[in-house]
Amino acid sequence: MSQPFRRAAGGRIDRSRTLTFHFEGRAYEAHPGDTLSSALLANGVRVVARGPYTGRPRGTYGIGAEEPNAFVQVDSGPGEPMVRATQLEVYDGLVARSLAGKGSLGEEPDDSRYDKTWAHCDVLVVGAGPAGLAAAHAAGVTGARVILADERPEPGGDLLGGRAHLDGRPAMDWVTDLRARLAGLPEVRVLPRTTVTGAYDGNFLVAVQRRTEHLGPAAPAHVARQRLWHIRAGQVVLATGAHERPILFPDNDRPGVMLAAAAAGYAWRYGVLPGRRAVVAGAHDGALWAAVDLVDAGVELAAVLDARHLAGGQAHRALRDRGVVVAAGHGVVGTDADADGVLTAAWVAPVDGDGQARRIACDLLATSGGWNPAVHLYSQAGGRPRWSDDHAAFVPGDPLPAVACVGAAAGTFDLADALAEGAEAGWQAAAATHGGGGEEPLPPATDSVASAGAPAACWITARADSPPETIFVDLQRDATLRDVRRAVGAGMRASEHVKRFTTAGTAADQGRTTGVTTVGVLAGLLGLPVGAVGTTTYRPPYAPISFALLAGRDRGRLLDPERRTPMHERHEADGAVFENVGQWKRPWYYPAPGEDLDQAVLRECRAAREGVAMMDVSTLGKIDLRGPDVGEFLDRVYTNRFSTLRVGQCRYGVMCRADGMVFDDGVTARLAPDRYHMTTTTGNAAAVLDWLDEWLQTEWPDLRVSATSVTDQWAAVAVVGPGSREVLRRLAPSLDVSAEAFPFLTVRDATVAGIPARVFRISFTGELSYEINVPAWYGLALWDAVAEAGRPAGITPYGTETMHVLRAEKGFIVAGQDTDGTVTPHDAGLGWAVSTVKPFIGGRSLARPDTARNDRKRLVGLLPADPSVVLAEGAQLVVDADAPTPVPMLGHVTSSYRSAALGRSFALALVAGGLTHRGETLQAVDGGQAHPVVVTEPVFYDAEGARRDG
Amino acid sequence: MLSVPCPWCGPRDETEFRYGGQAHVAYPADPAACSDAEWAGYLFMRDNPKGWFAERWFHSAGCRRWFNAVRHTVTYEFAAVYAPFTQPPGVPS
Repeated sequence: MSQPFRRAAGGRIDRSRTLTFHFEGRAYEAHPGDTLSSALLANGVRVVARGPYTGRPRGTYGIGAEEPNAFVQVDSGPGEPMVRATQLEVYDGLVARSLAGKGSLGEEPDDSRYDKTWAHCDVLVVGAGPAGLAAAHAAGVTGARVILADERPEPGGDLLGGRAHLDGRPAMDWVTDLRARLAGLPEVRVLPRTTVTGAYDGNFLVAVQRRTEHLGPAAPAHVARQRLWHIRAGQVVLATGAHERPILFPDNDRPGVMLAAAAAGYAWRYGVLPGRRAVVAGAHDGALWAAVDLVDAGVELAAVLDARHLAGGQAHRALRDRGVVVAAGHGVVGTDADADGVLTAAWVAPVDGDGQARRIACDLLATSGGWNPAVHLYSQAGGRPRWSDDHAAFVPGDPLPAVACVGAAAGTFDLADALAEGAEAGWQAAAATHGGGGEEPLPPATDSVASAGAPAACWITARADSPPETIFVDLQRDATLRDVRRAVGAGMRASEHVKRFTTAGTAADQGRTTGVTTVGVLAGLLGLPVGAVGTTTYRPPYAPISFALLAGRDRGRLLDPERRTPMHERHEADGAVFENVGQWKRPWYYPAPGEDLDQAVLRECRAAREGVAMMDVSTLGKIDLRGPDVGEFLDRVYTNRFSTLRVGQCRYGVMCRADGMVFDDGVTARLAPDRYHMTTTTGNAAAVLDWLDEWLQTEWPDLRVSATSVTDQWAAVAVVGPGSREVLRRLAPSLDVSAEAFPFLTVRDATVAGIPARVFRISFTGELSYEINVPAWYGLALWDAVAEAGRPAGITPYGTETMHVLRAEKGFIVAGQDTDGTVTPHDAGLGWAVSTVKPFIGGRSLARPDTARNDRKRLVGLLPADPSVVLAEGAQLVVDADAPTPVPMLGHVTSSYRSAALGRSFALALVAGGLTHRGETLQAVDGGQAHPVVVTEPVFYDAEGARRDG
Repeated sequence: MLSVPCPWCGPRDETEFRYGGQAHVAYPADPAACSDAEWAGYLFMRDNPKGWFAERWFHSAGCRRWFNAVRHTVTYEFAAVYAPFTQPPGVPS
């Protein structure tokens, strides 16, 4: 028979439609509105998962976010590991299987869409149970912007399928009315299936909205599967409810053992009998009311146990009316199971002393030790929960600014009180941010229930000789009482330590079911009050978030912006291999057919040194500096002087941080008396602009200077090599390119290939070279014109690798590669560029005792003894690699290449003592192998600088 | 995520800003006149109070202007924001 445990009527399911799903390879039927848990229970499937370490069978234990057992692997759709069956809405075609502790990611990439949104509101209400609904309504009627987020498919919380009455009608009628009223308020947004997972500074909350998962294959492809909400709220009302906690006893992990209110919830919310013959064991009135709900749903009550010695409350009377007598002062001390490990009986005994235990056959053991207010978000927001003996629970402690806790989340379990508290908090929150207005709505009327007495803090019922390894403290981690005892035996007293030692509370449910129970057990072992032990810290996320959602659309090509120069398409056509430099795509090398990197670079290097070559240098950082005080400003910013630069001249400059360490370098030109053009390292352009702005705004606002990034406004081509002058002459016939008229380190405005251009005669290679800058939209035209003009001379495009070889042969550093924030200009061999007369940022630091040491790491050249060995950049330098450890480190390799001009490998390095080691042989250690290297000057090629004039 | 009250743009998410450390630590007018200890003090030594703290912020992804703020290092509450080279307005004690 299909769905043998389905009740004949009732529940918030659509019985007119039948769905088919598969679990563990078998087909079952369910109805829309079912979760996988309710559907499995309806079909009599008790074993859902297994203990991760013990392999013991486990069944559905809870009914929502608190579930510790029933995690499944979903194989349909994009697939998902570790899904709570209690929250997984069944759809037609759902395929799931049981898990033992952990799931697995699918092999196929998930091509579902995930997105993110940002929202602001006056009042964010978390949780749409009775208190949250009342709060959202009271805030919404004022006209305030309200967001109401709830993790379930529909609002109502514990009223869903429940039997409470409000205003004399079934409570769900009130919920339906309220939903309609909220829908009529244009500033109120209700987000179902939305879990608020984190509360951060300044009332910034993050929520996960599950938009299409419940639709299965019917989900429209254009709608994001999940959406991440970033919500900035003026006021937050936490109506997050409470989590039911169990009482622990031997063999408390068997399928058939379930939380009591959860069991009753299955009967009434889903129309499913969680068992046919039940033992109910509790320590508070809620457990007794769950027993009433179970018996009214048709479950036979074999026994109702209350650890408290109480009688006479309203719940007792209700049970007596149904022919059930509560066994006061009794608890469960063990369970029996069949061959499959499924519950068949409970052993029951008085909780005090070691009275005779009695065996009671049952297929459902419903346990409830009380309710733990869901204080997670309150705690994340900075609150500290406090233990309350009255509640036998941790409740919110001191109030937080702009955050209110209401209803069960605040320990207010009475329905009438929770409704009033929610309405008042919503009203006050709206008044605080929005100003309020209108008339405060009255909460619905309901009967208060006379309690039998306060709940008891009852953690374990067991016999003195019960084996502690059968008493499971954390079902999802298979952690037992024995583990907690061992932790205490090892000297631990703090709940944080015990959590880490036992792993109790570290699983996907983060101790929602038994975290507080663990604290209670620990307090008992230590002989301390529970409040003195305290909870572990609740950290975000409250519920797991998938990486796919956190990535959202920022994946693949959208992960990071890609910056391309105007010549990019030509580089692609020329077969360039690209490398990433920051966000820029730069040609790395241009392999001819059959060439590898080494061969291409040797060819490109030869062209630049012996003929003519060209490079796209558009990515270089460029900053336009204007104002009468730019010269003075640059004198302070650079280690060398720029105020004396004549119009039309360029100069290489080094910048230091205040601590005297090299920050950036580049060539800066004076275009007019009050205008300079600064260039920076490609990857440092934004940082340099920030640096200039910082000094101008926060230290020297009297200097009349403005700094503007013009990196993207200019495209630039470097024409390099002995043949470059001839190429430029052809391109710019009206420009006198002779060495006398256009000397090294000058800049000229000219028309190049018919394009207005600014030509710099500068060199990063040591060869005669020109950098032609044109407005960016002419970049491609310029590149093509240069290539055409150079064709007779065999002009060769080259990439960043060749650029690095050529500059390293000349001993030119790259800031950030040969320097690392601990290198002064003197360390980098740039002492010649440091003024000894004018002050500059960092100048004073160069006289600090530490920066003036002569055993600092300084730039040197290295020649490997084996000229075919290209050292690894980062390789450590030592005197003797076989010395006893720790081997003293002298320094490391910063740049290393194979040189066409030298016909061998070479490197730059930072070495303690620098050139005092000149001529010595050190060892460069890489991957366990030591390569002998000779220390040399860091300039390997044309030390006289004869070649730059062509 | 802090909500930083930029004095020019209004409240914006922290990710739009760069933090600039303690405010009112002026670059010495004549660094060369500083002793090594005084210069090291300027370079490396900053207050680290538990409580109200005057600090610098830069709205790097917004108006690109620097400003000072008084913020509580425990609660992260901003008490005031004000222009560089001005003194903080009344600060809670």
